[in-house]
Amino acid sequence: MIHSLFLINASGDIFLEKHWKSVVSRSVCDYFFEAQERATEPENVPPVIPTPHHYLISVLRHRIYFVAVIQSEVPPLFVIEFLHRVVDTFQDYFGVCTEAAIKDNVVVVYELLEEMLDNGFPLATESNILKELIKPPTILRTMVNTITGSTNVGEQLPTGQLSVVPWRRTGVKYTNNEAYFDVVEEIDAIIDKSGSTITAEIQGVIDACVKLTGMPDLTLSFMNPRLLDDVSFHPCVRFKRWEAERILSFIPPDGNFRLLSYHVSSQNLVAIPVYVKHNITFREGSSQGRFDLTLGPKQTMGKAVEAVLVSSQLPRGVLNANLNPSQGTYTFDPVTKLLTWDVGKINPQKLPNLKGTMNLQAGASKPDENPTINIQFKIQQMAISGLKVNRLDMYGEKYKPFKGIKYMTKAGKFQVRT
Amino acid sequence: MSTAALYNDQGAAEAAVEAGQETTPTSSSSGAAFGLFSTDFKKNEDLKEMLESNKESLKLEAMKRIVQLISKGKNASELFPAIVKNVASKNIELKKLVYVYLVRYAEEQQDLALLSISTFQRALKDPNQFIRASALRVLSSIRVPIIVPIMMLAIKEAAADLSPYVRKTSAHAIQKLHSLDPDQKEQLIEVIEKLLKDKSTLVAGSVVMAFEEVCPDRIDLIHKNYRKLCNLLVDVEEWGQVVIINMLTRYARTQFLNPNINESLLEEGSGGEKMFYGSDEDEDEDEKEKKAEAAAIAKRKPYVMDPDHRLLLRNTKPLLQSRNAAVVMAVAQLYFHLAPKAEVGVIAKALVRLLRSHSEVQFVVLQNVATMTIKRRGMFEPYLKSFYIRSTDPTQIKVLKLEVLTNLANETNISTILREFQTYIKSMDKDFVAATIQAIGRCATNIGEVRDTCLNGLVQLLSNRDELVVAESVVVIKKLLQMQPEKHSDIIKHMAKLTDNIQVPMARASILWLIGEYCEHVPRIAPDVLRKMAKSFTNEEDIVKLQIINLAAKLYLTNSKQTKLLTQYVLNLAKYDQNYDIRDRARFVRQLIVPTEKSGALSKYAKKLFLALKPAPVLESPFKDRDHFQLGSLSHLLNAKAGGYQELPEWPEAAPDPSVRNVEVPEWTKCSSREKRKEKKVEKPFYSDSEGESGPTESADSESDSASTTDSASASVSEESESGLESESEEESETEEEEEDKKEKKNQKKEPKKPVQESESEQSSEEEDRKPEKRSKKLKSDSESDSVEDEGSESESSPSESEDFESEAVVTKKKKAAESKPPSKSVRKEEKKEKKEMSLLDLDDFEPTPSPQVTPVNTLLSNSLATDLEGLSLSDSILSPATIIPSGALKNYELLHRITGEGLSVEYCFSRQPFSPDANMVAVQLQFTNNSTSDTKNLHMEDVRLQSGMRVKEFPEIELLPAGEMTSAVMGIDFCDSTQAANFQLCSHTKKFFVSIQPPVGELMRPVFLTENEFKKEQGQLMGMNEITEKLTLDVKCRNEHAIVQRVTTAANLSRVPCGSDKECRFAGRTVTSSSLVLVTVATREEGAAQLMVNCEKMVIGTMLVKDILLALTQ
Repeated sequence: MIHSLFLINASGDIFLEKHWKSVVSRSVCDYFFEAQERATEPENVPPVIPTPHHYLISVLRHRIYFVAVIQSEVPPLFVIEFLHRVVDTFQDYFGVCTEAAIKDNVVVVYELLEEMLDNGFPLATESNILKELIKPPTILRTMVNTITGSTNVGEQLPTGQLSVVPWRRTGVKYTNNEAYFDVVEEIDAIIDKSGSTITAEIQGVIDACVKLTGMPDLTLSFMNPRLLDDVSFHPCVRFKRWEAERILSFIPPDGNFRLLSYHVSSQNLVAIPVYVKHNITFREGSSQGRFDLTLGPKQTMGKAVEAVLVSSQLPRGVLNANLNPSQGTYTFDPVTKLLTWDVGKINPQKLPNLKGTMNLQAGASKPDENPTINIQFKIQQMAISGLKVNRLDMYGEKYKPFKGIKYMTKAGKFQVRT
Repeated sequence: MSTAALYNDQGAAEAAVEAGQETTPTSSSSGAAFGLFSTDFKKNEDLKEMLESNKESLKLEAMKRIVQLISKGKNASELFPAIVKNVASKNIELKKLVYVYLVRYAEEQQDLALLSISTFQRALKDPNQFIRASALRVLSSIRVPIIVPIMMLAIKEAAADLSPYVRKTSAHAIQKLHSLDPDQKEQLIEVIEKLLKDKSTLVAGSVVMAFEEVCPDRIDLIHKNYRKLCNLLVDVEEWGQVVIINMLTRYARTQFLNPNINESLLEEGSGGEKMFYGSDEDEDEDEKEKKAEAAAIAKRKPYVMDPDHRLLLRNTKPLLQSRNAAVVMAVAQLYFHLAPKAEVGVIAKALVRLLRSHSEVQFVVLQNVATMTIKRRGMFEPYLKSFYIRSTDPTQIKVLKLEVLTNLANETNISTILREFQTYIKSMDKDFVAATIQAIGRCATNIGEVRDTCLNGLVQLLSNRDELVVAESVVVIKKLLQMQPEKHSDIIKHMAKLTDNIQVPMARASILWLIGEYCEHVPRIAPDVLRKMAKSFTNEEDIVKLQIINLAAKLYLTNSKQTKLLTQYVLNLAKYDQNYDIRDRARFVRQLIVPTEKSGALSKYAKKLFLALKPAPVLESPFKDRDHFQLGSLSHLLNAKAGGYQELPEWPEAAPDPSVRNVEVPEWTKCSSREKRKEKKVEKPFYSDSEGESGPTESADSESDSASTTDSASASVSEESESGLESESEEESETEEEEEDKKEKKNQKKEPKKPVQESESEQSSEEEDRKPEKRSKKLKSDSESDSVEDEGSESESSPSESEDFESEAVVTKKKKAAESKPPSKSVRKEEKKEKKEMSLLDLDDFEPTPSPQVTPVNTLLSNSLATDLEGLSLSDSILSPATIIPSGALKNYELLHRITGEGLSVEYCFSRQPFSPDANMVAVQLQFTNNSTSDTKNLHMEDVRLQSGMRVKEFPEIELLPAGEMTSAVMGIDFCDSTQAANFQLCSHTKKFFVSIQPPVGELMRPVFLTENEFKKEQGQLMGMNEITEKLTLDVKCRNEHAIVQRVTTAANLSRVPCGSDKECRFAGRTVTSSSLVLVTVATREEGAAQLMVNCEKMVIGTMLVKDILLALTQ
């Protein structure tokens, strides 16, 4: 399957290579560089590039290209999904997945890659198993290791791979037993010029942080499970039970994991929590354009809209913008023509507003296109779909855990066309 | 990593990185200048020193730096000898890093890599399953051809390991060995077959992967495991799921009927959505024909879904909920390719969900959705809005979404889609705008109602400032106009006006072409355009000039009166143009259109040449017809066949026999204890003997007949109890079952073929006699086995019964199919042994029967390796002669069994005589026996296939071997001091047989005479890595000197070295090819304790020899 892996940074250097079968010369990456040159934007490099003898499948994360070399037919998603899993693992281990972090921990990276693939076929990708095999480096452990010469490699061979619950390690012990669940919903929407909603949908996830001793068996039930239209589960969730009773029953992995992601059925109308009034115009003949943008809350059930950030890609002809925000700060990058306005919290009494003029290149004609406005925001303590967790029960262990559930709504891909 | 490293590392220069890390371990020795001025040589010297040191931490530090070198792609191969020594280190991290290094460089340093082999071989026997597994993993990752036999052994052994984790590793190793040495395929298939029977979810994914890599065409291996795989699927790890689902898709395409045969009929009646589109019309014609055909088939045989087909669909459906995009995609393609039309819809939701994922995932999913939307438009229509494009999407995603939107467009949603497109046209991303214009063009051609609207919209775009947009619009308009030029002369007129404003050369050229092509629709404007163009000719771009000439020529032909002078003028201008293309074109056109005396016959046809009717370009999706590739595959994505792609077969016309998937009740329930099984094995030769006397086929038939009639009653009873037992046994520990499985394997394997071959002829006739009995029994056994499987297969019996009323032909066919199952079951137990022999006869070249000739040595060795698993090994019967050897006799090995050889049997032994023609060869004595009734002629060898370096001296041809006679011949083989098999064909005048000779390691040497002193001297030189010592307890019968000498010399061709002490026995020999010394010492202690020591330069030979002698002495 996967023959080799090359990591390439933004400036086009191959800074790590790993081979699982015979060594593939790094000159194979030249085909990748060619494709990269042809693509104008970094994200436009095709994920699959055929070369005379190999196929290159790449993903771009954190400005690093992870390029896998394969030689024969294999489902491309298989490789892509695996590469993303590799990135997630690095992130999990090193906190960030940057070139510096990878270079600093190259030995751990190598040990990880060695465990994750055997002959190019995924072997252990579950983070709980990997962490038993190879302990993540912490500052403390690095210090201790330097002094005592001990290692990051676990002395114990993991039992997880053999058990019925491969995602959970055995012998977990905590003094404080706690289980936290975050219900996070994102609104994806496209709002058209006149303010009407073209498409809007809610995607949600339940992220969990479970620190429980032993082998707890949890059940989580919802007040309104019918809201969930399409769900995908962590492998720990018992599918049969969900089908029959709409109850999530599972033995959780240890630590952080994504329990569930869901899509709220499209029959329910999506409440759009903010509205935008905008007036962006360019006049024919003059080298000036007007910019006027006002944000306001709408259907938020009394909750504050926070961490609002507006960004917009202005037309290429715009030289600079001279704007005046009623609150927050704005920046305009004259090279990329990206306007960002960090609004902060929306105060319903005094709506945030950004107003001013844009200067166009002298002599340039009026741009055809109107910029789209991307909006990010957060609303705490509310799930916009109305999803509510009913109860969380634990079986199989004696102690009483501390349970917590948090709701949050965020903007996903929230765009306003002008 | 040191903190110093953390700070220094940011700099891009690698030297700085190394210098930074340098400071921690050896800062005093090299200093800061080291990093800047060091050469590779110096650095490595330093590392070597660290590796040689006694301190574990220094070694580890050195290894870490070496791994850093490897990760940067630098060469660290010269450190091999220093590193390989640490392979047996106690420190786990150090060991792992050494493994990393070893796997990376073993291929380049093959000889040195062999040094590590014995460590892994020892670890393969470790009581800890993880150590066994990791040893196998590394051993199999070392790509050194010479250890292929060792790998083969290790794989076979690991495949029978009690730990599923080790078995999983062995499945991975199969692929590695196969890529290293494809010649081992046949043996590997045997292992795969065994592992496919495994019930552990851990193994399933890996073994199917191995199956796909080694023998994807051996679909017959899947039959028996099909239901098990389906049922295990949900619990298999996610990566394995992907592989299994893809394989099962292919499998199902060969085994089941197309579920949509009937539905296509219905659709035709109701007039499906597909009919809306003009461009689809021809296609529909074809489809109708197909449908008619399908209908004909359907009428003959109403479609009923095979319960196994249903099982697959039902068990994969929950996986659409997987968090792994690859699994979701795999299920989606399975449904797309296999499910009835009505059920395919479920995948849409899951695929749309994937669109929320990373852009690479979106890219692949959209490609597949684009293909699906062409065939099954309705499926994705409810999700239309999910494909709306956001300004933040990367261009390649935007273009794919456009493709999907265009495919989804129909009369009802076209207005919304066009409104969307309108906003896209204003995008800043010009490539995307161009793609949108193309998409609009396609919508316009597909949906007649909006053609005019689209055309108007596109015409407006002609005034866009962006060249790309205009050019694209003109090109699309041109295509649209070509469809119905007569209707749109006003647009042509409009475009003619545009020539004044539009400056984009491509667009101007397109307009001129249009006017020229349809000049009869605009007879008054065309000459005027030409006039303007003639005026500006010199200032135009080249492509425009060419089109001006074109226009002039066409006008000259249609309207020469008005344009004669203009044409002349243009041609004259062109004649002196700077561009030679234009000059050429002008000359060429002039000759064609202006008649002169010289101009030949061509000018008569000028009008036909220039004004021929050009076919309208077809605007169709680039994803059309892509679905002949399996969706989700790399080949589909690239729209080209990738290496190793397995074609998705077409549905079969008639379903193959479904009974092949029936899994019988395991036989082992009958014999509860091990002894019983052993007894059975002893019986085997007896059966084969009796068969050899009478004609084999006859005996099998007659016996099965009599056996089944007499025993059928009792069989039915036993079957009842067994099916009950089976359900219990499934909950029992796997390990036990697997041991048994190995035993059953061979027997079971053959059964699927039997019903296929015989069900039509003999079986059915047999059944006539016993029908009443059988039917009742069949019902019983069926219902029972079903309840074990799952509720889905309950339907199995009902459809077959309901069909009884439908049509005669179907009924009889079905009956036969259904009944071929129970009889084969009932007869099976009594027939088992006969069947085995029968299949040997029937299928001898179809598949390698596990007959002894393949692996005499392997089994011998594997037995020695697996002393703890003794009695479980696959072929005990062959081992028995090896363990009880009459004194002085040579071991005979079977080369060709009498039955496989159709009467001709060949045995061979290593005669231990020097082979006179070539001293480097091992003499092999072959003994031919003709057991058949006819003479065999011209026995000779052909097609010798050897590992590199090996040589063979063939035996002289045997011209005649009369029936019942025996003869012998000697051949020589140079094995190159390896235990690799020599494969060749043994040919008689009628037949060819594939055979192979594999030497036990003891036969690869010849005795040499040494004195005691010489022996000690030589031994002193072969210390360290070349010395292998093992402690052992001698067998009770082998505690005197004589017995030891006899056993050692039987196991290996060595000579005794005189020795002063009576506690020691010494032997010496040299390997045949390379004359490396082999020294063996057996030192005895009290109470049968002893120590075995082998000194040999050739590590591999030494290790294998130790095992052989150990075995000989302990048994």
